[in-house]
Parts: sequence; C-alpha cells; structure tokens
Amino acid sequence: MNDSNLKPMKRRDLFRMIGMVAGGSLMYQAMTSLGFAADSQYTGPIKLQGDPKGARVIVLGAGMAGLVAALELRNAGYSVQLLDFNDRVGGRAWSLRGGDVYTEIGGATQTCGFDPGLYLNPGPWRIPYHHRGYLDYARRFNVALEPFMMVNYNAYVHSSRYFDGKPRRFREVQADFQGHVAELLAKSARQEKLDQALTDEDQQILLEALRGWGALDEKFVYRAGMDSAERRGYEVNRGGGLMPPPMPSTPIGLADLLRSDMWRALTFGQTHQWQSTIFQPVGGMDTTPKAIGRELAALITLNARVTAIRQSDKGVTVNYVDARTGNDAHQVSADWCVCTIPLTILSQLDINVGAPMTAAINAISYLSAVKTGLQFKRRFWEEDDAIYGGITFTDLPIKQIAYPNTGYNRGGKGVLLGTFAAGVPAFELSGMSPQLRVSQAVEYGAQIHPQYKSEFENGISVSWHRVPGAMGCAALWTPELRAAHYRNLAEIDGRIVLAGDHVSEFTAWQEGAVLSALDAITRLHRRVLNA
Amino acid sequence: MKHPVALLGIAALGAAAVTCLVLADETAPPQSTAAVTLIGPTHFLQTDGGALFRAACQVCHMPDGQGGSGAASYPALTHDPRLAASEFPIVRVLHGSKGMPSFAAVLSDAQVAAVVSYVRTHFGNDYKDKKDKVTADQVRSLRTMGP
Repeated sequence: MNDSNLKPMKRRDLFRMIGMVAGGSLMYQAMTSLGFAADSQYTGPIKLQGDPKGARVIVLGAGMAGLVAALELRNAGYSVQLLDFNDRVGGRAWSLRGGDVYTEIGGATQTCGFDPGLYLNPGPWRIPYHHRGYLDYARRFNVALEPFMMVNYNAYVHSSRYFDGKPRRFREVQADFQGHVAELLAKSARQEKLDQALTDEDQQILLEALRGWGALDEKFVYRAGMDSAERRGYEVNRGGGLMPPPMPSTPIGLADLLRSDMWRALTFGQTHQWQSTIFQPVGGMDTTPKAIGRELAALITLNARVTAIRQSDKGVTVNYVDARTGNDAHQVSADWCVCTIPLTILSQLDINVGAPMTAAINAISYLSAVKTGLQFKRRFWEEDDAIYGGITFTDLPIKQIAYPNTGYNRGGKGVLLGTFAAGVPAFELSGMSPQLRVSQAVEYGAQIHPQYKSEFENGISVSWHRVPGAMGCAALWTPELRAAHYRNLAEIDGRIVLAGDHVSEFTAWQEGAVLSALDAITRLHRRVLNA
Repeated sequence: MKHPVALLGIAALGAAAVTCLVLADETAPPQSTAAVTLIGPTHFLQTDGGALFRAACQVCHMPDGQGGSGAASYPALTHDPRLAASEFPIVRVLHGSKGMPSFAAVLSDAQVAAVVSYVRTHFGNDYKDKKDKVTADQVRSLRTMGP
C-alpha cells in the first residue's frame, strides 16, 4: 500500500491511475464518460514520477514543443540541453515589432517599421478555448490573454467579380443566405414534400424554427422588412427623438450569393478550432515561449544550426555550427534526444534513425503560407468602417484582412494583417520579393478599403517557405500519409523521439506542439526508467 | 451584377483582368486566384513555363535558380546534369521529394511539361533537343507512379 491510498483520491489521480493501467484511450473514455474532458486530451500538468538519475537529454528546437519538453524533463530531474537555430526562442510562435530585422532565405532583409506597441504575429495567432494544454502553460507562466475575434458581423466578405467589387458585410451575407435557405425549405415543407422525412407535427415545428432561424415573414418569405433588417442591418438604423424612422435594407438575391462564392465565408467560425472563445496573448504570440525560455535560459544555446544527429546503443551525439557564420563546429552528447526540428529541415540532416521513421520524415512536405502586416496612420477600419477586430474574406490573392484584436477605439496608428494566404496563392506571393508582397497587399487591400492608399505607412511580409528556421508553414498530412507514416514518426527510435505539431493531430496549432511534447516525454521517461 | 461564367471556374479566368504592379525592376506574376473560389482549394492557372516557374518554383529555388539555404537548403537548378533526363524533374514536380511538395494536384500535365521544359532550357541548362522534348503525354504516364 502506498501513501496515496490513505488520502481521498482526486479525480485527476483516478484518471492518471486508469491511464497508467490501461493506456491513453481508455483514460480518455473514462474522462469523457465523467463529463470532464471531451474537448481536450490534455490531462493536467504532467507528472513524470520516478528518478531518471540525471539522465541527459538534448532537446532540438526551442519552439513550443521543445520548450515544453525541456521544461518538464528538467523538472523531472533530467539534465537538459536545448538548442535552437534562431537567435530567439519560440520558433514559429513569433512576433515582429518595430526595429526587428528579419532576413529570409535568398537574402532579402526587412527592418520592421512598426511604431512602439504594434506588432504582427507571422505564425500562430489564435488559441481556441479547448486548447487546454497551451492554456495551462499560459496560466502557469502568467501570460495575459485577450479575446481574438474570429467572427465579426460587420467585417466584409468581398468578391472582386460581384456587386461591382463592392464588399458586403458578413452579417448581410449570413442573414441573406440563411433567410433564402430557410424560405426554400419552408416552401418544401408547406408543399408536403417532406412528408416522408417528418410527421405533420414535426413539420409544424420545423416551419416555426425556420421562421426564426431565417428571419422569415408571416408567409415564410425572406424579404426586406424589419425582421430581416434585425439580422442583416438597416438602410436607416434606429434613432431617437425626431430622427428619421428606421428603414429596412434590401437582401442580396440567392443566385448572387451562390455565384459570388460568398457563402464560403460563413462556416469558418463554426468549425471546432475556430469557435468562440478564441484568445491571443496580450502583446504578441511570442510572450508564452519567451516566458518559458526565461526560466530555461541556463539550458538554452541559440544560433545553433544542427548538422548531424547520430545515435548508438550508448547515447546520442549532435553536431552543430554557429548558424550565423557556419563556423565553430560543436559536438554535444547525451543519453536521449527529443527532436522538434521541422521535417523540411530534418529530412536533409544526417540522422541515423530506422527505415520506418526515415520514410516518414521524407514523406511529409509543408504548407505554403504568407502573412503580411501593414501599418497605417490611423485605424480607419474602426473610425470609418466600424470594424473592431475580426477578419474580412476576399477572393483576391491576399485572401484575408485581419484587424487588430486589441487597442480598440483608440486614436493613433494601427497594424493589420493585410495578407493571409495559403496554398497556391501563397506560392505565387512567396516567389515575390518582400517589398512586392507588401505593395501587393496594399494594392489589393485598397479594393476593399480605399483608405489604404492615403493611410499606408510601412509593412513587413513573411513567406513561410523562406523562413530559414522553418522552411515551410506546417506539415501537410493527408489521411493516406497518416495511415502510412504517422505512428512511425511518433514512435521512439532507439534514443530519439520526435515532437512538434507535425507529430500531432493538431497540425499548425501550438496545442499540437504541447500535446505532442507531453506524449513524447511521457513515453521517453517510461523507457528511461525501464532502461 | 451577375457573372454566371464565374461558376465555370477556369473559364472565367481568361477574362480576368488581373492587377499587375510594377515595382522598380520586378513585375508581379499574374495571380491564379483572381477568384476561382473565395476560400477553397485552387490550382495554378499560368500556362507559360516561365510564368509557372515564377508562380510555383521560385519561392524556394529563387528567381535565378540558385537555390537558397537556411537551417537546411533548397537545391540550385543551375547547370544541373540531373535535368538531362526529363523524367527526373517531371517526377520531382509531380511527386515531390522530402521538403518539396507534390504539385500533381495543382498543375495539369501540360503545365508540368511547360515548367519542366523551362527549367531544362534556362539557368545554364540546355536540354532542348527534339528527342528530349517534354510532352503532356509523358507527364501523364508518370503521374500514377509513386515518388
């Protein structure tokens, strides 16, 4: 009998016990059936019990995965060394501020010209409420969070080919699409075309629901009127005293909505990773990794470009050079290695892992993505357009304009995200010089916000395939690739285990980095204790 | 204003007047995405080999084909004897290799042929004899094989 049996068992201890006995999936099932964790597989702060007797671990990469792995291994009694290619911690969790100098692959150098207090998150920028692993680290390191507006009803949906290129408000598109669909479905129900699917009574309930959902009138028609105006907005909004009375606005026709493709913008904020509440760290996404990095400062070597990772039955050696000069060859050795280096880079390194892991490393390419931040003399999107945070979607190559989710309704300058492209448009933009990417963002954005032309001050652009320490945005897993390679990428190979969002089901999310790191070191620790 | 032709996706793009900015000595390549869809997946629409190179390849291989390096590197395409056999670049473009993505889903056979021909005849490469001419049929025959 050990001591824990003498105390009342906490729920978390129970879960941990079930987990130790029966493995992760059963634990998850148990937690879910107790209504506790259905939204996350994070099970609370990790406890690596048992003495590793000073075993040495090299952690490669000081992004979120590497920082979490190094922190928890150190806390468990390991002797940890953490190397990173960049001159900063955080990896892709990165923020650019005034004075920062950034040189991309190919040599183009940009100096960020933002005013004090303004920044761009070129990498991750959102923390969904159910990313409980990340949120726990943010809380433990006192990182202040603020809401990230995913859906802004007053932001725009824009098609360069429809409505004379005039952007429509998100609320208009949503209300009108919903209204037209509700009207069509109500018509079917009233023509008794749904008899086979529903009882008479249920059809009556459905009609009532459709009237409410679609803002239909008493005849189940979606039309200009006060009901639809309450969803899509007014031609003349309500006033006071002897101001003009409110006037409803005119809905967009269904055919135009369908053909303009605007309906695609509606479901973004409805999918699990993008549902409210979403957060951002106050002051920039690098806040959390910097806070963890400060605690681990003594363990971290920056500017280290790894050239080889070799293992034997006795240990692991890692060779690296100074990333800035290519000189100063070093070799460090340890008993184990946690490697979070992006696969685009790892696939080119001298690493002796088995054929299955090698095949997995070589099989995965990375998403192309571009973000461009623009500083303007004033926050015209707020002052003129009443858009406070959130995202405008467009068919133009810039794809999105995202407004700052902080500092609302204040005078002065502002930085918005003027491009967020992935896939084919990102390839096209990425091939351009950073200066051209910025001027393209201004040119295209001005089609939506004409104020761009007079208010623009400066910008900075990050193409992820040109980021020296990443060489791509995020692993491009497909179901076929997962079936063939995922386990082989995640399993410990001798003395080496990989971690990072690329070894998770949360590709491109920091939560994937956190969960992957925790899972990797849990398995590694078990192996160390059994060694 | 209605543009039913937009529903046809590619057909609409011929008509697309796309903004081309000139900045100093650099011209922005034509954009594919002038709106096939608002958000959804798309593919490259350029047909000319040089335009395709600028749109799809030069992000990594660089405008002059010299490649680049960061924590690892992007190979140079200049004076590259591996391009002598056209199958090599075709298979690379279709199926990717390590960090290089597969372009099979975003380029047609004719586009792959065009961009491979371009690379094989630029950057100090001179593989243009008739026997070696890359055709869409050749690309098609290599599509189904694995990387």
